[in-house]
Amino acid sequence: MPSLFHQRQIAASLSPRSVKLMTCGSVDDGKSTLIGRLLFEANLITEDQLARLMDLSKRHGTNDDQIDFSLLLDGLSAEREQNITIDVAYRFFNTSRRSFRVADVPGHKEYTKNMVTGASTAEIAILLVDASQGLSEQTRRHSFIISLLGIKQIVLAINKIDLIAFSSDAVSKIVSEYKSMAEPLAFETIMPIPISARHGDNVIKNSENTPWYTGTPLLQYLEEIEVSSSEPSAGYVMPIQWVNRQNSDFRGFAGTIAAGSIEPGQKVISLPSNQTTTIRQIILGSEKLPSASKGEAVTVVLDDEIDLSRGDVLAASDADIDVSDQFEADLVWMDGEMGFAGRPYWMMLGSAKISAKITKIKYKYDLNTLAKLSDTKLQCNDIASITIKLDQAVPFLSYQTNRELGGFILVDRFNLRTVAAGMIKHSLHRASNIRQQHFDVSRASRETLSGQKGQVFWLTGLSGAGKSTIANEFEKALHKRGLNTYILDGDNIRTGLNGDLGFTDADRIENIRRVAEVAKLMVDAGLIVITAFISPFRPEREAARALFDEGDFSEIYIDTPIEIAEQRDSKGLYKKARSGGIPNFTGMFSSYEPPFAPEVHLTTSVLTIDQCVAKLLDYFEKSQ
Amino acid sequence: MRSHLSDLEAEAIHILREAYVQAINPVLLYSIGKDSSVLLHLARKAFAPAQLPFPLLHIDTLWKFKEMYTFRERIRSQQDLQMFVYVNPEGVKRNINPFNDGSRIHTDIMKTQALKQALNQHEFDVAFGGARRDEESSRAKERVFSFRNMEHHWDAKNQRPELWQTYNALKHPGESIRVFPLSNWTEQDIWLYVEQESLELVPLYYAAERPVIVREGFIMMADDERIQLLPNERIENKRIRFRTLGCFPLSGAIESNAETPQQILKELEDSKWSERHGRKIDTDELSSLERKKQEGYF
Repeated sequence: MPSLFHQRQIAASLSPRSVKLMTCGSVDDGKSTLIGRLLFEANLITEDQLARLMDLSKRHGTNDDQIDFSLLLDGLSAEREQNITIDVAYRFFNTSRRSFRVADVPGHKEYTKNMVTGASTAEIAILLVDASQGLSEQTRRHSFIISLLGIKQIVLAINKIDLIAFSSDAVSKIVSEYKSMAEPLAFETIMPIPISARHGDNVIKNSENTPWYTGTPLLQYLEEIEVSSSEPSAGYVMPIQWVNRQNSDFRGFAGTIAAGSIEPGQKVISLPSNQTTTIRQIILGSEKLPSASKGEAVTVVLDDEIDLSRGDVLAASDADIDVSDQFEADLVWMDGEMGFAGRPYWMMLGSAKISAKITKIKYKYDLNTLAKLSDTKLQCNDIASITIKLDQAVPFLSYQTNRELGGFILVDRFNLRTVAAGMIKHSLHRASNIRQQHFDVSRASRETLSGQKGQVFWLTGLSGAGKSTIANEFEKALHKRGLNTYILDGDNIRTGLNGDLGFTDADRIENIRRVAEVAKLMVDAGLIVITAFISPFRPEREAARALFDEGDFSEIYIDTPIEIAEQRDSKGLYKKARSGGIPNFTGMFSSYEPPFAPEVHLTTSVLTIDQCVAKLLDYFEKSQ
Repeated sequence: MRSHLSDLEAEAIHILREAYVQAINPVLLYSIGKDSSVLLHLARKAFAPAQLPFPLLHIDTLWKFKEMYTFRERIRSQQDLQMFVYVNPEGVKRNINPFNDGSRIHTDIMKTQALKQALNQHEFDVAFGGARRDEESSRAKERVFSFRNMEHHWDAKNQRPELWQTYNALKHPGESIRVFPLSNWTEQDIWLYVEQESLELVPLYYAAERPVIVREGFIMMADDERIQLLPNERIENKRIRFRTLGCFPLSGAIESNAETPQQILKELEDSKWSERHGRKIDTDELSSLERKKQEGYF
């Protein structure tokens, strides 16, 4: 029997590097069908897979009685039923000339997140356009995302050309429209190829239906394309993953080289500690290597003992790399829970994990028009330009120079999900400009003079829980003891300092941030501060706590069930909210997140006001 | 010049180190097969010249091939390794076996449940496995760092995005992560690497005359006296080898003359069947691997 498989040859062990592709396009443009077709035509579908595919096609197929190639890729059973791809899938195939890794990325509108994930490791994007539909909103959106993620080479696969009767004019029109749309995106190459994934035209061999197309068929193009390195040649840079201390005589630094190359004898510096030394050895397993370059995971031994640990970077002494704690970056929000300026997140960059805050959302992109919009919050699939501040300075490169040290993720500190992906544009060298002036009269000297210790009691609880009442009684008791105190509450803050803020989630977060900063100044002045704000969100309370030294900040939970608070309704707010007069009222239309471990927990349905104050005074005395 | 294979090697080493550094109590799940052998070799390379900084764990169903046990004991005796072997005591008590209970029950109790018990018992929070995305379509969508809840269940719809080479391995107490450093390798890559690195494998991967029975096209090796013959079945000798190894009654052999990695690579080139075709447990029903994974199977 003549084998269907005679063309397939394995790549020898010195095979060229694989090419990392991604496919993108709208939901019905035929991405999965195209990859299925490539695998089929390149004889890479085995007989049992083919039998399974025919069986599936009969059961779920949308392609009459023919094989529906998309079913080969849509791996999860839920997807087979809904007939859409819901996540990123990775496929691998080798031809006689090259091996390929393909990220198959869904085209559904909501899935910007998956596209960004697929694009983060791709070198070449195949962008599908339905010839019968022309360019769509998705085409612009996807092109923008792949350019943002640093992909420079595009194949514009104009699919379903059978539906436009293989018209050369129609294809030319799409190509010229696309080129003008993509102009601002600065791709290095855009290769248009007219195809039919379903019928195979111009996928493996040139189709008789398109005599006017003189280029190569898709697979051949992919086998022959030279993958341009989008990154300019750079000096050696390696984030340290792990310090290998096999025994007391050995200290090796394990990491994957992010840029450039090294050899023994080369001068290197540690960042951020900025010490200079020389590479003594490069180790991989039991071998000592004469050199190593970008992409290699090695262990290096240095001539001198220097300060270098996980999260730091080892770099050529002449490498063009900076250290900073403030950046401007593009950010893709990937989580259902919204993102806000001012909230602390974990940032993972290279091998470093640092606490970071978005300081400003400069603008969000309207992905359909690429217009810049202002907003105060980030929703899933939003792409924005932001500024971000870190707790400590880290070595970095700009994303367009280097993906490994320019691309970062943000992680929620509570649920630990990866909530955003960021691409560093440049550092904001503001940190060095607003160095703090040193004054000789310090907090300690002020505290000695007044004979009291500055600290803050942060009351939190629902509206009507009794925060202001308890704050008032507690302050009176402290005042009687001759202590200098101050209450911050809605009345003296909302009307003045925060008069520009409303009650949306974003404004509430900013409100609390400012209150915390004011309290911090007052504590520095040596005052005892009592704050009485609902402060409904855990992350903001934690952010407030993080501003203070251990022991200076006490969270006091005024715990009152919402039914009781509503019954009391001292300010008539619940009534107003019920009648629709307050759209963002905490407890009804906006959530309250109770503290996990407050320093003092006052249950007002059980305790009287006097008992609450007594408990607070008791805690205050113990804390002195 | 850097090759496709050295890129895969570097990626796997990077993943092994990232997971190790972020783990509290990691373990390498060792199945005695070719992928496990490649994974173990890479793990040693990743941490050399230090010794492998975590133990191995073999989930033993008691139905592996005899040659696998011999091989395992050889690996186990190596100075730099510590290996735990775990058998589900309940399965032993109930005498679970693939002939009488069927592959589905046997796999659930002796593999899925056993694995969960062992991970809980040792409080391993990160478990390395040799699974590859090219094996099966639901694996193709699984992350390199695959999170499991307290019950070890996988939630396909709620996976963390993985970008660049950055892996967020933060987790809550009780949660665990399965980490797959070979995610992006294919069967062919495994054999190319076995050849390049001269790795030793269980001899069953290479063709030899072996006693078998042929049941509805499925070639089962008569590995020990526990084999149950149907009426009119007889044991015959055939020149066979295995593409994957598991429990002997569930691992289908292929007729082959390939005796070296080179010859296997040549054979793969001409092969018309996918690798997992010989595995009984995947074809029980459609989507069966996906279902097993949700329940906690590797």
